[in-house]
Amino acid sequence: MTGDIFALDPTNLLAIIGMALVTLVTRWAGYLLVGHVRIEGRVKGALEAVPPAILTALVVPMSLATGPLETVAAALTILAAWRLPTLAAVVIGVGALVLLRQIT
Amino acid sequence: MNANHKQYSVAVEFRRGFLDIFPLLLGAIPFAMLLGSLGVQKGLSPLEVSTMSFLVFAGGAQFLAVGMWETPAPVAALVIATLLVNMRHVLMGAALRPLIMDLPLGTRALFVSIHSDETWATALKTGQSRALTVPYVIGLIVPFYFNWPFWGTLGAVFGGLVSEPAMFGADFVFTAVFLCLVVGLWRGRASAPPVIAGGLVALLSYLWLPGVWYVFLGGIAGTLAGAIFWRPEANEPDREAFP
Repeated sequence: MTGDIFALDPTNLLAIIGMALVTLVTRWAGYLLVGHVRIEGRVKGALEAVPPAILTALVVPMSLATGPLETVAAALTILAAWRLPTLAAVVIGVGALVLLRQIT
Repeated sequence: MNANHKQYSVAVEFRRGFLDIFPLLLGAIPFAMLLGSLGVQKGLSPLEVSTMSFLVFAGGAQFLAVGMWETPAPVAALVIATLLVNMRHVLMGAALRPLIMDLPLGTRALFVSIHSDETWATALKTGQSRALTVPYVIGLIVPFYFNWPFWGTLGAVFGGLVSEPAMFGADFVFTAVFLCLVVGLWRGRASAPPVIAGGLVALLSYLWLPGVWYVFLGGIAGTLAGAIFWRPEANEPDREAFP
């Protein structure tokens, strides 16, 4: 460890810039591509499905494949979200998990 | 350019955007710090870690990259891994377009360039009930953007402060918020195909494939399900224009 806070290695910098560029490409690609398509019919159906599909995919490992406590907390969050504002449901879900982890 | 585009208070809209993202902003802090301290352990300097968080600004990709990091840096492998983790942004950018088309070009360009899972999902939820405004979007994306390298840099300099985000349940905040957003997006039976297909394919991919293919594959499966099960009568009326 050199301890040099401001060290900037050229190869590291190259990797970081490469990572930044491909990330920027992914962020712009869908936005620009969809500009050439009429958003109607099944295309509209597909685009409307993107948010629930991606969000569900993102929560799958933690909700279904991490452990029983996480699955219980996820179920509680969904139940709470049906009736309560987002913030309250999040507090209930996170609080329940912290509690469950402490008592088990 | 219409007169009625101006019928909102800039301060109120900015604050709404900021408050909507605030819980997610707090939830990201331990992860930003953890990433910073992991980066230093892998031989990156705090300046390199903070440069990465500023320029790449993609948590999942950065954790994977830092995990793979060696000296000298395996540039091609790092860039390809980043591309794969971030493929979901292609779908997300496509879904974002209709939501922000009425905003000025500068705001649109900024949002597309720095959208994250968190700001994207929050904007989609808000956009269901009303049109997005420039100060709302700025309040949503700019504080969330600077939050990431700020805490990442602190984590790198004072490495080891946050070794276990699970202690505060911070590892679950992201999941909890996204579950709430899925509930909020639920529109009866028409919503089932994307959620079931996306969830099932994501689960199988997560269990059987390496890395983070599950997000992209689940996203693709759910999107295709949305197209396949699309019904003309399921169409909702267009959103009303602001206000």
